[in-house]
Amino acid sequence: MTTLLIAEHDNRALSPETARALTAAAQLGGEIHVLAAGDGGSDVAEAAARLNGVAKVLHADAPVLAHGLAEPVAALIVSLAAGYEALVAPATSSGKNVMPRVAALLDVMQVSDIIEVLAPTTFKRPIYAGNAIQTVETTDAKRVITVRTAAFAAAGMTAEPAPVETIPGPDDPGLSRFVAQERSGGDRPELASARVVISGGRALGSKEQFDQLILPLADRLEAAIGASRAAVDAGYAPNDWQVGQTGKVVAPELYIACGISGAIQHLAGMKDARVIVAINKDPDAPIFEIADYGLVADIFEALPQLHEALG
Amino acid sequence: MNILVPVKRVVDYTVKVSVKPDGSGVDLAHVKMSMNPFDEIAVEEALRLREAGKAEAVTVVSIGPPAVQETLRSGLALGADRAVHIATDAAAEPLAVAKLLKALVERESPLLVLMGKQAIDDDSNQTGQMLAALLGWGQGTFASKLAIGDGTIEVTREVDGGLQTVELKLPAVATTDLRLNEPRYASLPNIMKAKRKPLEEIAAADFGVDLTPRLKVVTTEPPPARAGGGKVADVAELVAKLKDEARVL
Amino acid sequence: MSDAPRRPSPEPREAMEVDVVIVGAGPAGLAAAIRLKQLEPDTNVVVLEKGSEVGAHILSGAVIDPAGLDALLPDWRDEEASLGTPVTDDRFLYLGPAGALRLPNLVMPPLMSNHGNLIVSLGQVCRWLAGRAEALGVEIYPGFPATELLHDDQGRVTGVATGDMGVARDGAPKATFTRGMELRARYTLLGEGARGSLAGQAIALFNLDAEADPPKFGLGLKEMWQVAPEHHRPGRVQHTFGWPLGAGTGGGSFIYHLADDNRVAVGFVVHLDYANPYLSPFEEFQRFKTHPAIRPLFEGGRRIAYGARALTEGGWQSVPKLAFPGGALIGCAAGLLNVPRLKGTHNAMFSGMLAAEHVRDALAAGRAHDELADLDPALRAGPVGRDLRRVRNVKPLWSRYGLFGGITLGGLDMWANTLGFSPFGTLRHRCADHAALKPAAACTPIAYPKPDGALTFDRLSSVQLANVHHEEDQPVHLHVADDDLQRTSEHGVFAGPSVRYCPAAVYEWLPPDAGGSDPAPRFAINAANCVHCKTCDIKDPNRNITWVPPEGGGGPNYGAM
Repeated sequence: MTTLLIAEHDNRALSPETARALTAAAQLGGEIHVLAAGDGGSDVAEAAARLNGVAKVLHADAPVLAHGLAEPVAALIVSLAAGYEALVAPATSSGKNVMPRVAALLDVMQVSDIIEVLAPTTFKRPIYAGNAIQTVETTDAKRVITVRTAAFAAAGMTAEPAPVETIPGPDDPGLSRFVAQERSGGDRPELASARVVISGGRALGSKEQFDQLILPLADRLEAAIGASRAAVDAGYAPNDWQVGQTGKVVAPELYIACGISGAIQHLAGMKDARVIVAINKDPDAPIFEIADYGLVADIFEALPQLHEALG
Repeated sequence: MNILVPVKRVVDYTVKVSVKPDGSGVDLAHVKMSMNPFDEIAVEEALRLREAGKAEAVTVVSIGPPAVQETLRSGLALGADRAVHIATDAAAEPLAVAKLLKALVERESPLLVLMGKQAIDDDSNQTGQMLAALLGWGQGTFASKLAIGDGTIEVTREVDGGLQTVELKLPAVATTDLRLNEPRYASLPNIMKAKRKPLEEIAAADFGVDLTPRLKVVTTEPPPARAGGGKVADVAELVAKLKDEARVL
Repeated sequence: MSDAPRRPSPEPREAMEVDVVIVGAGPAGLAAAIRLKQLEPDTNVVVLEKGSEVGAHILSGAVIDPAGLDALLPDWRDEEASLGTPVTDDRFLYLGPAGALRLPNLVMPPLMSNHGNLIVSLGQVCRWLAGRAEALGVEIYPGFPATELLHDDQGRVTGVATGDMGVARDGAPKATFTRGMELRARYTLLGEGARGSLAGQAIALFNLDAEADPPKFGLGLKEMWQVAPEHHRPGRVQHTFGWPLGAGTGGGSFIYHLADDNRVAVGFVVHLDYANPYLSPFEEFQRFKTHPAIRPLFEGGRRIAYGARALTEGGWQSVPKLAFPGGALIGCAAGLLNVPRLKGTHNAMFSGMLAAEHVRDALAAGRAHDELADLDPALRAGPVGRDLRRVRNVKPLWSRYGLFGGITLGGLDMWANTLGFSPFGTLRHRCADHAALKPAAACTPIAYPKPDGALTFDRLSSVQLANVHHEEDQPVHLHVADDDLQRTSEHGVFAGPSVRYCPAAVYEWLPPDAGGSDPAPRFAINAANCVHCKTCDIKDPNRNITWVPPEGGGGPNYGAM
């Protein structure tokens, strides 16, 4: 059996999501080919070839593939599908966009967002925003899978790169046209999608202190700012900064809770962060029960120190 | 131009679901149900397009048992003009839903299908893309802004790291993201009026679509508890661990 | 917080004319609606419900006397065998700190027997009633609290208005602002349950309580558990009194084994005439579960739901006049709970049906907006009056003679009433619940054990199991009339009882704002936690807190409580 893994990239560099999805693809067994579909992008193809476990890289290079539009990319993947038993992509915004289109064209029911491979046709995936984990077995002859990359370690590199084969791009289906791309950045990242979130609680004592202690750290870490409901209610932070069951639910790489005791309603909004740091002077605060790194300290001392330590 | 808005009845987003102890699924007994929030955003956007004169009529459609008519009435109360209930007691997967919707689209000929990017129960995030594929239409997923042009629609999409704007030929499928709009309330007078709006019922079987599930759900379990409880002595140790152990700095 | 929310400029509301508007889709309101349609199918009946769906705000034990169902829908037994579980095993225990004494069923007054009664989820019963009502053509609108009584120029009630939606915390209209609606009705029935907010207005406006004793309340807390199968005894009902409450505080527990899914409802009622401001009903409940006679039931079990609601305990002496010009109070908005039986659903339904009958007669006579003059005598002479009158002295005896004397005398009085007389005549309720609190200086703080997270819990993790949801950006729906009074008296004199009586952690007293100019402690109101139990409206020592309905659909979402 052979698996086709769809590379995630921006035509210049291979995204690290690909190496993580590769780990999941490898667990299906069988040979793995990587499709690097883009405009230019030979660096991407070469980077993919150096990933450990890749047998071959297919490099499709055509202007119509420049922006990863779903219609041409799906057409390309479908044209290659006959040679593969499994089609895998990271569950990024582009994987989520393209793969269901591929699945429908192949009359396959996609398995979305897998977090574990139990057997080549059996997977675990989160439902209800992660409040339940479902184990599903696919009965389709071909498998179309997207991978929640945070759940898999990245595959390593190899000294002996796999061969890169250039393949023709698809015809333009003429359904869609790229207009513009806008990078977020400069300003503070969106709370719901930020990589790092730093949150303040009522222990900050006032809006002035909230601003003085949290804002510089957020700038330094390029983090979005969150707040507990208590801090929002006390007027230290605006409504739309609230993290929690009734506010925003966030799942960043790093969540730093400062002076937040960790009421269950707050925990419901951030417990899926990959790494949780809690700084609180009450050693019994419930937030420490879920924190990876708990620091029992006065935030008025610890936060300036942290800012200094980060340089 | 008519807009078709598929809506799904799901466990209300305020309800904390619990997994049945025998692993057979999520406990849905006595649980409050309502319209999938992303679909509500789709209904709102369709109404705004109609109110802006860009569309003539908005039709909501839902697939499922008789109870989904309640969800359709909510759509009508928000302002949709008519509703279609595709009746089936089978739990349809996204692929089957897309096939049923395709059959309905062929009958209704809307120029735009506007729907939620995903349902908050199964979190599949597939149906819109699948429907576009089956129809051979363009797709604008995760929309945070829509602009109807002359025979085209411009969709600004929320993608990793920013926004991408694409132009699609109409007819097309667009799926909504959270920031597209803030849905209105269904006012009491409108809920009352909605009772008299047309709601058509069609048996799913009449479309001749095979609804047999392709995925077998083996078991459903609660998520593993977070380990937690780790402590550091001071800020220096914290920074070192974040850099070297967790590698997030 | 005392800044009255700035009302949006009153733009005109849409209005609809109906025959009858009923506020609250509980047993009283739904029974009234069904009865109206049974009597005259063409009656135009609208029911408003503040919960997001019927049953969302219904919290009760519940063991119900099916007399109400029998009278309203006698076919319920054939159609819906699944509505409840018949009581098959009825136990009454006295708890001491370490032991339990089971009272022989023989000494229990027949008035307290549960023979023939049903263990139900009252929320489920209400959903079933709502289905029957809708089948008869009743229009039910959940998610719409009635927030205002409408009046004509003579002051008579002419209907109600629903609240505005989409109002920001500061009172300004948001982009989603949606004006409320007027339901103009020939008659308005208020079935909001204990301490209803419109009922409160009607009582004050029309002096309905002029001849009644002060209303009395209890706070009921409840958890639903899924117990280990070997501990599940479908049909068993157990009540306790005694520990952990001291002799001066009234209350007790209930444990009902439902039929399916190994579910057991456990609850605790604390009479709100308690004196010690340090008392915490929530923590008494948690502590109760640790009693050696109780704890084993929950071993290996899992708590699946939580809720709390005030209940009326005044009974016969406290029932106000029901009828007012243009409508009537029904159910526990009038306080029709039978306290020693811990049952009110049957009376709620009877009162709704009776009001419906009087409304029907009035409508048939072409009347509108006047007073249903015969309603009150009929209520007191009918099944509700009989039920309440026989137990009228029990609660005052409890209050006067404490735990043992009160229970014994109350029991004797009920035995005597079974035979048709009372040795006590009619005893009065002496003081309103809020006035029962003593200054903190005269009381001893109570040290409650820490929750263990398995059998006992804290408030916030409990509230999460009530599925509470409120739109965050809306005016605080708990109005403090005078901030200074709250600070000097509620906090200064009474040591902040709100922090303890509130079962949902809505209230907190916080240290002064760091760096702020105000050196006084701050009263924080976490309104979004509110489970709509109304205890603050009852128990604040100065009656300084008023509960008003928040934006429609807000509040708990009880599934099957």
